[in-house]
Amino acid sequence: MRKILVALAVLILLSSISVATAKDEIVIGFTMSQTGKFNSESKEQFQGLKLWADQVNAKGGIYVKSLGKNLTVKLVYYDDESSKDRVQQLYTKLITEDKADFLISPYSSGLTASAAIVASQYGKIMIATGAASDSIFNKGYNCIYQIYTPASRYLTGAIDMLKAVDPNAKKIAIVYEDSKFAKDVCKAAKDYAEQNGFEVVLFESYAPGTTDFTSLINKIIAKSPDAIIGGGHFADGETFAKQLYEKRVKVKLISLLVAPAVPEFAKIGKAALYVTGPSQWEPMVRYSPEMAKKLGIEWFGPTVEEFVEAYKKAYGYEPGYHAAGGYVAGLVLQKAIEDAGTLDTEAVKKALEKMDIMTFFGRISFDTGEYYGRQKGHEMVYLQWQEKKGELVKVVVWPESAKSADLIYPLTLKFGKETTETPAEAPAKEEKGPGFEAILAIAGLAGIAYITRRFKP
Amino acid sequence: MLDVWIDSIISGILLGLVYGLAAIGLSLIWGVMKVINLSHGAFIALGMFTAYFLFAFGLNPYLGVPIIFALGIILGIAVYFVALHRIIDAPELSTLLSTFSISLFIIGLGTFVWTTIPYAIDIHVGSISIGNITILGTKVIAGIVSIILTILLYIFLYRTKTGKAVRAVSMNRVAAELMGINTTRILALSFGIGIALAMTAGALIATIFPFTILSGGVYELKSFVICVLGGLGSPIGALVGGLILGIIENVITLQIPTGLVPFIEFTILVAVLLIKPSGLLGGEV
Repeated sequence: MRKILVALAVLILLSSISVATAKDEIVIGFTMSQTGKFNSESKEQFQGLKLWADQVNAKGGIYVKSLGKNLTVKLVYYDDESSKDRVQQLYTKLITEDKADFLISPYSSGLTASAAIVASQYGKIMIATGAASDSIFNKGYNCIYQIYTPASRYLTGAIDMLKAVDPNAKKIAIVYEDSKFAKDVCKAAKDYAEQNGFEVVLFESYAPGTTDFTSLINKIIAKSPDAIIGGGHFADGETFAKQLYEKRVKVKLISLLVAPAVPEFAKIGKAALYVTGPSQWEPMVRYSPEMAKKLGIEWFGPTVEEFVEAYKKAYGYEPGYHAAGGYVAGLVLQKAIEDAGTLDTEAVKKALEKMDIMTFFGRISFDTGEYYGRQKGHEMVYLQWQEKKGELVKVVVWPESAKSADLIYPLTLKFGKETTETPAEAPAKEEKGPGFEAILAIAGLAGIAYITRRFKP
Repeated sequence: MLDVWIDSIISGILLGLVYGLAAIGLSLIWGVMKVINLSHGAFIALGMFTAYFLFAFGLNPYLGVPIIFALGIILGIAVYFVALHRIIDAPELSTLLSTFSISLFIIGLGTFVWTTIPYAIDIHVGSISIGNITILGTKVIAGIVSIILTILLYIFLYRTKTGKAVRAVSMNRVAAELMGINTTRILALSFGIGIALAMTAGALIATIFPFTILSGGVYELKSFVICVLGGLGSPIGALVGGLILGIIENVITLQIPTGLVPFIEFTILVAVLLIKPSGLLGGEV
């Protein structure tokens, strides 16, 4: 009797093991912001990733050497409502309940920072895309890998560009959204500008979700800078650009984060004209297998044209960098799994550490030092909205090696003849406005009111 | 430098008038019904979207104001009978929860239908510029419409029989009822007008700033501050409160970081509550 029981137990044990190893799909877990403020960017990123998964599955999946067969990819995802708390709950669920083999980050640095905590607690590899913050990578995590160029190198190109095109420009106003990502970018840009001999005349943040920039713009006008750089995400950047135009702010260069790179930016019409912005990637970039060969590194995945065509076919319009970032996150994971030949986390991590490839998105390699996992190879491109045959189009204007058109400078050209001569401002006297006096006066009045009320007979 | 100050003050005044309009709705509902309307922000957002869709159908949002106002009255009266009528005499917590659930209902449905991506009404009515001062036409018109509506509301409250009945109910509902006033009708109408004012203010804001279904919340909070500042139950107080808030937002921020604006606004709120709880122009409707 006992023998039979033991045999039965062994049998059960064996069968459960075989169930565990009989894997025929790779589960990739992530959250996307179907609702909340990251709604539009997150959707693009998801569409890119989904395109990758569909293409991989159409070819039968990813070949895993240790199993000797192709495994299809299964995307498991939830709506994080653009909320950090939801991200932590959902990534825990993805790891413990859905048994995700690999993770992809949500959109935005803030949400990714939350997801990174959970991912590293469970030791799961997470490919961080749509997140450019540097500070995620100095916390000692050893399983988070970044796709985007980090924030510290995000707007520095705008300063190089300004310096190259107009050596006389000296004053820069930096206005940014009070969010992790924009703050990281703009602090780095401020240091870089000061190192390069620029004067930062205004360095100020605005609350996320701001729709009224009137007072900030008035402050900018008062400082009469040559260039405005900053921004945050799409909605605020678009509104900021629109209101700058409505107020006829006469600066020579505007370079904003995120918004100018999104195709919908053209909806604000003339306000978008000549505005520049950094972009992780644009459909007209010129990365190619030949370039990879010249650099002596491997090319992986589709060419720029192939990706753009496939995306257009799937969704009906041209992809932006959010979409490309989503696709590349999948691509990098695929390459690492193929190189490792197994789904084992340690082996895949080694493959990621060694990775130095060229893709349609640009070069991809990861930092293995103090900022473990931070993107090292990828570079930003700068685009500008220009007018071609009465229509607004995006062109790449910087760096020199990647540009598809010349930068149109200064931006004031768009105001036409009405503002051809910008009056040479008298050296701005540091006039003290009645702001604090006003506050004091109000406080004083309130005080008097209080006292008279208190001591009424 | 001076022109920047003038610019800020004018923008502040024009915007303040619109904030005031939204706050008058809240103030009226409180004054007449003793209901704190937590669905105010949701109706402001609804007004924004109504204006957006009227504009998409080719109707100028300013010409759409009467339509939106009428729609607001109908919607307000309907909501009154569905959600408020049976609990109007219950303790304040009940009406608070009831209006809050209306707000959740509208915002939830709105998020589902329109998502939270920003919408904007792309209307151009030119602008006035003198030197560095640029005042947008949309702001000027929004300010003027707000003034006209406030004047009309005053004429209604002080020159018409129904308006007098509204004031009577706000002073003492039982006494008004004893005098033969149909209080149910008056309460429903007041709520309708309050909602109509919120939606109209929303429509006017939508012509100036982009918005999402969640935008109403910001203006609802501003309305609360304005009402306390001007005195709950006083329409003219609400307008003055709106002006003060608009000017604070635009002028003080020239000197201090804009991130501190909410801090200042709510400091004022607390200060007013401590020093003069009835508001600067407090009183009954």
